Amino acid sequence: MIPALANPDRFMAFSRWAAPLLGALAALLLAAGLVLDFTAPPDARQGYAVHIMFIHVPAAWMSLFVYACLGGASFFSLVFRHALARAAARAAAPLGAGVTAAALITGSLWGKPTWGAWWVWGDPRLTSVLVLFLLYTAYMALDAAIEDEARAAPATAILALVGLINLPIVHYSVVWWRSLHQGPSVLRAGGPSLPPVYLTPLLIMGLAYLTGFGALWLVRIRGEVWRRRAAVMAMRAAA
Amino acid sequence: MSFDFDAGKYAPYVWGAYAVSALILGGLVADTLARARRWRRAARPDASTETAP
Amino acid sequence: MSGFSLILRREFALAFAGGGGPLVAIGFFLAMTSLLPLALGGSPERLAGVAPGFAWLVLALAALISLERMFERDYEDGSLDLIALGPAPLEMAAFAKALAQWATTTAPLALVAPFVVAALGGKTALWPIITAAGLTGGLAFAFLGGIGAALSLGSRRGGILIAVIVLPLFTPPVIFGAGAIEAFGAGLDWKTPLLFLAAYALAAAALSPFAMAAAARNALS
Repeated sequence: MIPALANPDRFMAFSRWAAPLLGALAALLLAAGLVLDFTAPPDARQGYAVHIMFIHVPAAWMSLFVYACLGGASFFSLVFRHALARAAARAAAPLGAGVTAAALITGSLWGKPTWGAWWVWGDPRLTSVLVLFLLYTAYMALDAAIEDEARAAPATAILALVGLINLPIVHYSVVWWRSLHQGPSVLRAGGPSLPPVYLTPLLIMGLAYLTGFGALWLVRIRGEVWRRRAAVMAMRAAA
Repeated sequence: MSFDFDAGKYAPYVWGAYAVSALILGGLVADTLARARRWRRAARPDASTETAP
Repeated sequence: MSGFSLILRREFALAFAGGGGPLVAIGFFLAMTSLLPLALGGSPERLAGVAPGFAWLVLALAALISLERMFERDYEDGSLDLIALGPAPLEMAAFAKALAQWATTTAPLALVAPFVVAALGGKTALWPIITAAGLTGGLAFAFLGGIGAALSLGSRRGGILIAVIVLPLFTPPVIFGAGAIEAFGAGLDWKTPLLFLAAYALAAAALSPFAMAAAARNALS
């Protein structure tokens, strides 16, 4: 599908219907998810705080997924010098940063009443998500600092890929560090034995976030395509 | 189907989390749509002979 | 290999020619050290407890100093163009630059670190592990820092931009180094984290020249 979409005109034609469709789907899934969320009973251990799980875990999933998209788009941008891939990478970054920030904040709000601390240093997932946020901001900072788009594209792509390679290492390093400290037993978000009354809304919310990202990503890429066209037009008008 | 909104002592945390999420996600939606609208308008040739994509 | 040793010698000369080589970074290190007791407040035990971790962290930060100049001078006076067009691969020049950065900035910091820890009242017995972690981690910091330096070429806000790019990448070596120091002090297994640190540093040294060269070529285009 990707080679077919690589053509900008075909992408625009595709996203014209795909984006609103995904958006509508996301809204429906969100509504369904929230209904199931708030009809679910409080947890035996966490009480009502369990409801934070339904917006924290999907955000955390998306923070990783969006970075994978950013990395994939960057790879195509770098290797094939593909402008649309670069537009896709650029469009994904703020979406990823936003959802990662949401994950961090909701995670902190979940942690305080349940395991007693706003933050737990030495939890692999928390640290990885924090580093992920820093990687997104680094990408956007570099993008903003390089004015020449022809140079910004490969530079940001290299950064994205270096970050992508580092991410699992970051996670593993904290896993190792925690084994050294036998850190506090962090409440497992969505452990393997999550009962259906929680698992179903969680999965639906996850899908809602996923389709929502899909819709927003497509619209942002469309914006990028138009931005380039406008820039080209301006250059021609000035010539 | 009974909705349970009684958060008890967890209220500031739970509603805080939902509020922050709504703000961030809503902000992303608004920003994305605003940007797309703005660039679409800019890309439209002033003396328009082509139809918008 | 004579081409490589030539490049290496040049990089060393440049690093010291800029005025004092490691002195700026060491100066920063010592300045931060004198600020810590003021920031933490009196208690000597707290200071001593924090000392090794603090020294390690500031070492990582000080490694960022003078990263800007790694490529910038050559970029601005056209030497980087010549190197890129020359017979030796740009990757080799990048490797040499990062190695010189290690030798002239991060390695001296690693040698100063045990004194810093002692000055803050930390356990002097930690000096072997601090030196080992500093030298090994310093290699990672220099090579990762080189990626940041190459990516920021030609853009404004060089120094802080490099820091923003590079600090997330520093996370694994910082964690492994801190873990090694702590394990050594507590009598636990310090060899594993030190080996991880070494593995990471060697991987960084092997792979980052490619990223550095790609970034440099991009900046020259």
